[in-house]
Amino acid sequence: MFSAYLIHLLIIIGIFLILAISLNLTIGYTGLLNLAHIAFFGIGAYTSALLALQGYPWLICFFSGGVLAALLSFVLIFVTKNLKGDYLALTTLGFAFVVYSVLLNWTDLTRGPLGIPGIPKPKIDGLNFWSNNVYLILVIVVAVIIYLILYRLVKSRYGRLLEGVRDNEIGLAVLGKNTFRLKYQSMMLAAFFAGLAGSLYAHYITYIDPSTFYLEDIILVITIVIVGGLASLRGTVIATFIIILIPEALRFVDLPSSVLGPGRRIIYGLILILILLYKPRGIDGKVDLE
Amino acid sequence: MIKGCLRFGRHDKGRRNNKHMLEIKNVHKSFGGVNAVNGCDFVIRENEITALIGPNGAGKTTLFDIISGLLKCDSGQIYLAGRNITNLKPEEIANAGMSRTFQHVRLFKNLTIFDHLLMAQDNRDVKVIANLINGNHYEKDKYKAYVESFGIEKSLETKVSDLSYGQRKLLSMAIAFLKLHKILLLDEPVAGVNKVIQKQIENVLLKFKAEKKTILVIEHDMEFIKKLADRVIVMDQGKVIADGKPNEVLRLPQVMEAYLGE
Repeated sequence: MFSAYLIHLLIIIGIFLILAISLNLTIGYTGLLNLAHIAFFGIGAYTSALLALQGYPWLICFFSGGVLAALLSFVLIFVTKNLKGDYLALTTLGFAFVVYSVLLNWTDLTRGPLGIPGIPKPKIDGLNFWSNNVYLILVIVVAVIIYLILYRLVKSRYGRLLEGVRDNEIGLAVLGKNTFRLKYQSMMLAAFFAGLAGSLYAHYITYIDPSTFYLEDIILVITIVIVGGLASLRGTVIATFIIILIPEALRFVDLPSSVLGPGRRIIYGLILILILLYKPRGIDGKVDLE
Repeated sequence: MIKGCLRFGRHDKGRRNNKHMLEIKNVHKSFGGVNAVNGCDFVIRENEITALIGPNGAGKTTLFDIISGLLKCDSGQIYLAGRNITNLKPEEIANAGMSRTFQHVRLFKNLTIFDHLLMAQDNRDVKVIANLINGNHYEKDKYKAYVESFGIEKSLETKVSDLSYGQRKLLSMAIAFLKLHKILLLDEPVAGVNKVIQKQIENVLLKFKAEKKTILVIEHDMEFIKKLADRVIVMDQGKVIADGKPNEVLRLPQVMEAYLGE
């Protein structure tokens, strides 16, 4: 029983790890305060779920979720190309609310608040992932591949350019670099990975509804990135474990479920306040929060 | 060029026969009712160091920003080595052969000296897939010797945030010079630095002069200009009011008046 619970936690950690390290690419490395990441997670989840219910093979559903999220992220970054800082944050948050509203109100497609049940577990060439143990392996493999891609990218000269966008966009432009191109590439790559994470989530839980992709989860993922530290993949990995596991302790305290939900939010809030007060760069942050 | 090899001080020699490296033709720029640049006209010749001087508010930095694409001009045209670069994007102008520094240095505070040099070195870094697949190997000794030639005696792994203001000025010149260019625009290279750094910058620029680089420099220090510049252009109220050799121009009554008042 306990091992099943542990495997469930590890799967959730793996999915949120993908979400958080990809968000750190845009916020930490590129300096784009992107609050729409959870929307791309939702777009990936819904795309993959809807295609799977139409009978498409899992691999197509999986990558379609990522591709659609990436394409919509391009639209977002294109219309916000002249915005920075707080203005970009507000616009991207607005985008997240728009996506939430679409998921909630386009009932013919998404069934609205009723959500989509019965999403099939992945199946590749006869190998099926009905068991959570096998699903955990799948999540670990995907998370490790994405981590390695991002690690290689941020350590390369290209990664330095992304940091250049964050530190001084004009300085980079006069060196002959197209900063808009760097911004949309960073945003699209992060959204693609968020879409993949959404697909993994949908096929694991087998039921999704719009409330999963709303404000609370944006705060959760941003808390992970800030606690881990901006521009640090390693810090984000550590923070994902901490932030997902700490509230789990509440389960072992005899509390009514009406207290459990708000209790988690209070814990996230407290962690954020403590980090900002005593360790503004987070666990392993390379740059200051500004 | 051997992959990863460093080419220092790279003047683009593609159009050696063109004597007019930069042409500014009747450029206007106003902010609301203020005419910051008001029909500016001049030519920068190849292999010369030209100083652009004028009192504060004369429109020198605005003109620099227009030339490098950071501001769009209202009218007029700008040619770089015969190519019309008017109102192109900053990166397009930079890749056409423009390299510049800023009065207040614009570096990347969380990156190292070495990161800055690599950014300026070439544009191979913009390719995502190539950077994912290929590792880069560089002869760091050459980069070290290069920054030392600018008077920066620091480890290449030093972050810019750990450099003094003067050292940042030197680094900004080093990366502007390393970037492939036809012309170098320097905005007040010795402003706000101490005498020691000023001397270092002066030595670097005198070396550029000996090497016949094409440079347009904004500066207020007249002694510095007399030593450095082949030619001086004076701006006042957004217009060119004098143009010629330093010793002649700096004695003209309209120049004295612009600087000192009537």
